Amino acid sequence: MSGTPEKKNEDGYGTTGHEWDGIEEWNNPLPRWWLWTFYITIIWGIGYTIAYPAWPLVDRATAGLLGYSTRGEVAEQISEFEARNAELQVQLASADLNTISDDAALFNYAVQGGAAVFRNNCSQCHGSGAAGAVGYPNLLDDAWLWGGTIEEIAYSVRHGIRNEQSLDARWSQMPAFGADELLDEQQIVEVAHYVLQISGQAHDADLASAGAETFDLECSGCHMADGTGDMLGGAPNLTDAIWLYGGDEATLIETITNSRFGVMPAWSEEFRPAGGLSDSEINAVATYVHQLGGGQ
Amino acid sequence: MSQPDSPSLYAAREPVFPRRVSGNFRTLKWGLMIFTLGIYYLTPWIRWDRGPNLPDQAVLIDMANRRFYFFWIEIWPHEFYFVAGLLIMAGLGLFLFTSALGRVWCGYACPQTVWTDLYILVERWVEGDRNARVRLWNQKWTMRKARLRMTKWVLWLLIGLATGGAWVFYFTDAPTLARDLVTLDAHPIAYTTMGILAATTFLFGGFAREQVCIYMCPWPRIQAAMMDEDTITIGYRSWRGEPRGKHRKADGAEQLGDCIDCNACVNVCPMGIDIRDGQQLACITCGLCIDACDDVMAKIGKPRGLVDYMALTDEAAERAGNRPKSIWKHILRPRTILYTVLWSAVGIGLVVALFIRSDIDMTVAPIRNPLYVTMSDGSIRNAYDVRLLNKHGDDRPFRISVVGDPSLRIELEGTPYVTVDVPANETKLQRVYVIAPRASDPALVESTDIRFWVEDNSNGDRAYRDSTFHGVNQ
Repeated sequence: MSGTPEKKNEDGYGTTGHEWDGIEEWNNPLPRWWLWTFYITIIWGIGYTIAYPAWPLVDRATAGLLGYSTRGEVAEQISEFEARNAELQVQLASADLNTISDDAALFNYAVQGGAAVFRNNCSQCHGSGAAGAVGYPNLLDDAWLWGGTIEEIAYSVRHGIRNEQSLDARWSQMPAFGADELLDEQQIVEVAHYVLQISGQAHDADLASAGAETFDLECSGCHMADGTGDMLGGAPNLTDAIWLYGGDEATLIETITNSRFGVMPAWSEEFRPAGGLSDSEINAVATYVHQLGGGQ
Repeated sequence: MSQPDSPSLYAAREPVFPRRVSGNFRTLKWGLMIFTLGIYYLTPWIRWDRGPNLPDQAVLIDMANRRFYFFWIEIWPHEFYFVAGLLIMAGLGLFLFTSALGRVWCGYACPQTVWTDLYILVERWVEGDRNARVRLWNQKWTMRKARLRMTKWVLWLLIGLATGGAWVFYFTDAPTLARDLVTLDAHPIAYTTMGILAATTFLFGGFAREQVCIYMCPWPRIQAAMMDEDTITIGYRSWRGEPRGKHRKADGAEQLGDCIDCNACVNVCPMGIDIRDGQQLACITCGLCIDACDDVMAKIGKPRGLVDYMALTDEAAERAGNRPKSIWKHILRPRTILYTVLWSAVGIGLVVALFIRSDIDMTVAPIRNPLYVTMSDGSIRNAYDVRLLNKHGDDRPFRISVVGDPSLRIELEGTPYVTVDVPANETKLQRVYVIAPRASDPALVESTDIRFWVEDNSNGDRAYRDSTFHGVNQ
């Protein structure tokens, strides 16, 4: 494929000397207009670097005559979005939560916005899928400690549970029956077996019947005589299949002995000047949680 | 490399002034031009009644609502494989035609060819035939030249504007847009699109012409790989035409071939090439040189076909004095049959897919965070995001059910019923709960296969999707 270029045609254009299987590479001229497109792109490129941010300086880039920036564009899109939804935002802040699902546009806005609020503020404890964890309630099921209506959920979010921030926080405290020596170890085991019995689990019948009396004296004040609990005081239903800390014998004994004291912060910006939720955000997240599958 | 006498690296475009020609291929091309441009300009105006709430334009690409309407067919985004299938068919169709008939697409049907042909027609109408145009080109600028040029350019621009104008009608209701365009109420995108397409049509059809085919289009390069010695393409019977020369009595004309070197084939060529140089990249096989040469052969009393459609193998046969293979023997060969079979298979597949698809459909996405929820009564609940598609022009009640285990029951979020209204021509997202009672089989095993059914209560149409129910993992 080597060789001296050989002049071939009458315009003076020849081969490059490259040849494969008898096919020669010609050194034909490029169309001149193609050269122009090359110059036009150069001119365009210079104009572009003048009009738009381009040349890197020490701590920033040249701003460009049009003043364009991607951050500015995002900010513009966000403010456009907010302007478009300003009316919904106002409606949401003062919405009647019990009837919010009747207004499809407002409801959808609340659920989508609430999902974002939930991911940012709630998922750290309750999980990104709202399934909770040991000590942190599962928000998908139909068991509620303090009430599962949309208004009750909004109240729990606003004021929180057992915190020092809001005077109106949900509050109740179970005695530490063992640690404070209100019951002896035998009595605690008996009560535990009684709870196993009323929740339909394997238990020792003798221990359970012995525990029934203790339960009636010590526990039924909050958990009710039949053990179904009381949402006014946040006393869990002990007869269902849902356990916040666990329903086996060892965990029940631990709970009765030392008590539990789960805390949820008050999320309203009224009590949390930094990072709190506005009224519309609380309404949004309450609407979101309520439609997850367990709302009452 | 550069030598003092080496010519410029760049060459200016040699202007081409195709002469008027008439003949079979020219007539065919006029017919195809009317046919293809007719389809392009008129299609958006065809009406097609789809009932209330749906557009009545036969062919419509509705970007905003992400729908494609083609007469009785309506394609949703998730059915984009129909469009992919059509593109595959278009590709295979091009392979088939190229291997059988060479660059027949380029010569007869390519928009660049058709619009350039139209622009040359206008040019000839305004400025005259080849000789007049060459004279005008070489002339200094005069009032007459300026007037002719302006007339031609304005006509070209109007055609370009109509080209861009027709394009935008495919994307929205044509009569409404036409009215809005005139009253300047149309969306800026419509005007921008029209402007860009008018400019490119004007530039490509009026000035770039053969440069587009030679330097910009990748298709000529790809086509070379699809042609073989049996492909019918345009060639010059050099064994009959050479040696060429003017047939004057004194010059020993009896020793000359049939080619009288009149340059008729060169003068009519829209690509500005000489077909007698043999097959070449720039030839789009438009057939006009055949018409021109046949005309000349008739005048000098020789048989037609000095320039003609033929295959490479014909040359050897004709040189040996044999009859070349018939056209059908050239065309029907394993390669073209294979392309036809593939093309038909894709086509049949698409038609079948079109007829078996339902007017209702759904997708089921199990929610996996968490896999299941234990309810207070000990039952196990799974949640699914179900998207229900209603392709009808009216609202429809869809009933959802699940089969897989008799103990399973179903609940819908936000409603106590198992029937949900899906708005006309929309997709509705509905969360569906499937619940297994405490200690039932599905609640205790890791997974159970289930099938969701959706049924249109108004006409009994139904569709299903398979999914999985997750129990307590023990």
